[in-house]
Amino acid sequence: MKPRLVIIGNGMAGMRAVEELLEAAPGVYDITVFGAEPNVNYNRIMLSPLLAGEKSFEDIVINGRNWYADNGIVLHMGAKIEFIDREAREVVSACGIRAKYDRLLIATGSDPFMLPIPGANLPGVVTFRDVMDVEKMLEASRTHKRAVVIGGGLLGLEAANGLRANGMQVSVIHLMPTLMERQLDEAAGYLLQRELESRGIEINTRANSKEIYGKDKAEGILLDDGRRIDADLVVMAVGIKPSVTLAKASGLTCERGIVVDDHMVTSDPAILAVGECVQHRGAVYGLVAPLFDMAKVVARQLANDADSAYSGSVTNTRLKVSGIDLFSAGDFSDAEGTEDIILRDAHRGVYKRLVLKENRIRGAVLYGDTADGGWYFQMLRDGQDISAIRDSLIFGQSFAGGGASQNPSSAVAALPDTAEICGCNGVCKGKIVTAITTHGLTSLEDVRGKTKASASCGSCTGLVEHLLALTLGDQYTAGEASKPICKCTELTHDDVRRLILARELKSIPAVMQELQWKSANGCSTCRPALNYYLVCDWPGEYVDDYQSRFINERAHANIQKDGTYSVVPRMWGGLTNAKELRAIADVVDKFNIPTVKVTGGQRIDLLGVKKEQLPDVWRDLNASGLVSGHAYGKALRTVKTCVGSEWCRFGTQASLSMGVKIEKMTWGSWTPHKVKMAVSGCPRNCAEATIKDFGVVAVDSGWELHVGGNGGIKVRVTDLLCKVETEAEVLEYCGAFMQLYRQEAHYLERTAPWLERVGLNHIREKIVDDTESRARLYARFLMSQTFVQKDPWAERASEGVHAHEFKQLAMAG
Amino acid sequence: MSEWLEIGVIADIPRLGARALTINGVKIAIFRTADDEIFGLEDRCPHKDGPLSQGIVHGRSVACPLHNQVFHLDSGMGADPDDGCARTIQVRLTGGRIYIASGAGQQAAE
Repeated sequence: MKPRLVIIGNGMAGMRAVEELLEAAPGVYDITVFGAEPNVNYNRIMLSPLLAGEKSFEDIVINGRNWYADNGIVLHMGAKIEFIDREAREVVSACGIRAKYDRLLIATGSDPFMLPIPGANLPGVVTFRDVMDVEKMLEASRTHKRAVVIGGGLLGLEAANGLRANGMQVSVIHLMPTLMERQLDEAAGYLLQRELESRGIEINTRANSKEIYGKDKAEGILLDDGRRIDADLVVMAVGIKPSVTLAKASGLTCERGIVVDDHMVTSDPAILAVGECVQHRGAVYGLVAPLFDMAKVVARQLANDADSAYSGSVTNTRLKVSGIDLFSAGDFSDAEGTEDIILRDAHRGVYKRLVLKENRIRGAVLYGDTADGGWYFQMLRDGQDISAIRDSLIFGQSFAGGGASQNPSSAVAALPDTAEICGCNGVCKGKIVTAITTHGLTSLEDVRGKTKASASCGSCTGLVEHLLALTLGDQYTAGEASKPICKCTELTHDDVRRLILARELKSIPAVMQELQWKSANGCSTCRPALNYYLVCDWPGEYVDDYQSRFINERAHANIQKDGTYSVVPRMWGGLTNAKELRAIADVVDKFNIPTVKVTGGQRIDLLGVKKEQLPDVWRDLNASGLVSGHAYGKALRTVKTCVGSEWCRFGTQASLSMGVKIEKMTWGSWTPHKVKMAVSGCPRNCAEATIKDFGVVAVDSGWELHVGGNGGIKVRVTDLLCKVETEAEVLEYCGAFMQLYRQEAHYLERTAPWLERVGLNHIREKIVDDTESRARLYARFLMSQTFVQKDPWAERASEGVHAHEFKQLAMAG
Repeated sequence: MSEWLEIGVIADIPRLGARALTINGVKIAIFRTADDEIFGLEDRCPHKDGPLSQGIVHGRSVACPLHNQVFHLDSGMGADPDDGCARTIQVRLTGGRIYIASGAGQQAAE
């Protein structure tokens, strides 16, 4: 029988130790994990982005249920351990679950510190420690207006920023004269305060909380100078303390934390401890990096490498508030023999300070530009002598680093294997490179999956991509998904789409302002993308910015190589009649249109129309009932059909009328890229439905729905989504698919690459398996359609919309 | 010296947009930036003769509608990495009215 390892605590430290153990010595133990929270293992340092709405819970999960199952780990969630019976080597949970152990690992983390003031236990007073706290805060922000955050440290400020992002009025109460005084010096603290105030957060420094008042719930806070600040929500974020209650009650030696030796072993040789609950050489840690270092040692101990030892950690801090760049490491208090190098650029809001002692970096504070934080930290940790580069040290690696990093790729190449790349998950360069080579990883997603590097806050994505490029050489091409939209921003399409919704951004200037665009009004790449995202996300509210649309969508016709345009009227399902054909013939004669061509989508294309003629051409076509065919748009183009059971001797269903119904429902919809559909009346598939974005193939018993096909440069046959029975179902699934694609794809991403990126299963889950999700998507699609199903040709030909577009400037006089 | 001909008022051109006109047989594009600056270029992309007046205007640049090459409105120069140079046309904005140098057409046609 394998020895039994029990872990108390399902948090970052405990599970990190398990991960390391599985890597160092797989299959050695039978592992059982007890977690007090009713959740799988998630990234606690990502609670701030969760609160600010920048991440979802799924985004911050480190190991989902599958991971436990795949590794044969028994997980008890919501099971707090009450007692350790050290004699019997057994733990007992509050709900009565018992587990025997041969080795026990305590990873209980820390508890939020509660100020012992009157009213601290009123309803409406919360801490900021776990997902439930975040849920309470989000709940409060939906119904209440005012929040007070006690504590102007890392945690308190992240909470304040998150609540502000959720629309609350926020006041911060801080005892000390400057914010984050443990990590920042006065100057940086001041810059930070100014930035937070400009975001509408009220900061009260030198403020001492005396009492939380309120009858049945918190109604505000009284300071000892007599000031009262009304509030519906009070967040207590004054610090954390190691969670030692259980260890103490079990007779283990505890001081501030559970005392461990260099091997992470407690006063009981069978019991180890790891993370924020421990005290090592007199120090307790409240940051994530030391916990990763400890976890490594714990894993080696458990794998019977008795020599492995922990010798303490040097830590660094970054504030996780979007748009504020702040880095701090080491010790920057004035001490005997220390020297400062300071750089200030008031205009850019940049402040950098390096504290040196005996030509070695002892501390670093960076505000406004933290790109070199990792470089300084590496030298600090290595105790590197910097005398050779001292003159230019403050200007950063690209200047002082000997020219290597004029090119960021060679800077990454120059890093030692031990250099930390991902601070959130404690992954160093060597580990990433090894993972790439031994597992044959080829994409950012692969690396994230295998090592978690850049999987959390994403700020090291660029570094990881450089490593991929360096390791794989020409074989690596960066994935579209992880690239910024364009040079105007660092954000990816996914980031921007998420933030538009989370922060309720409803105009292009609002997006550019809030998401810190680097150019004044974007470029021809990002503007059309943003315009589409806003059109999609705020139907009926957002005012379409035509100047951000490509000329074809502005002129509602296709520009040709000679500057003339082509006109394609809509023919529903490819059906036409004598009256329409006569009108087209008349228009061709009247305007001397040089070329008439039948398109692949069963429409008629009139080529060589001058721009000034467009409104007149449209007016004549409109008169016979012909409307815009949207052949020019990132929009629903055509629904191609075969004649089906109405005429064909093989036809099994009425594909013609089905096609017309689909086109009537979907026309006018703006989409990330063009969308083509088809309906075939039998499996002979004459309408070529299986190379369309959405293809319907009739069979005897109903309709097969196919998605993600493409007949372009790279031919892709559709995947079968599902089979349905009725026409109403075809319409519902089609509308839901359109909406999912509209909401999730990147601008200019066809359904085929989108499907390959997110996976068919994802689309099935949202549209086939989950009835409610499908109904929601369908309803949302139909709602959006009510705002766009208006013939743009008629608006321009008869209602004078955008008249300037079609006329030359007149000469005066 | 050339005369200045009035060709319209600033409101005739949408912000971040352009209008075309023909003078002395030459097609000209008049652009308006977000900051209400006015620029003129011959309406012909040096790459494949695309009508620059139909492009997307951003900052002080325009992207040609045919192949998305970007040109600076003030100098006509292609923005890195795009080569080529579109001919600039002298325009003036006074009191909300837009003027063009009367010889602009010939100058561009040469």
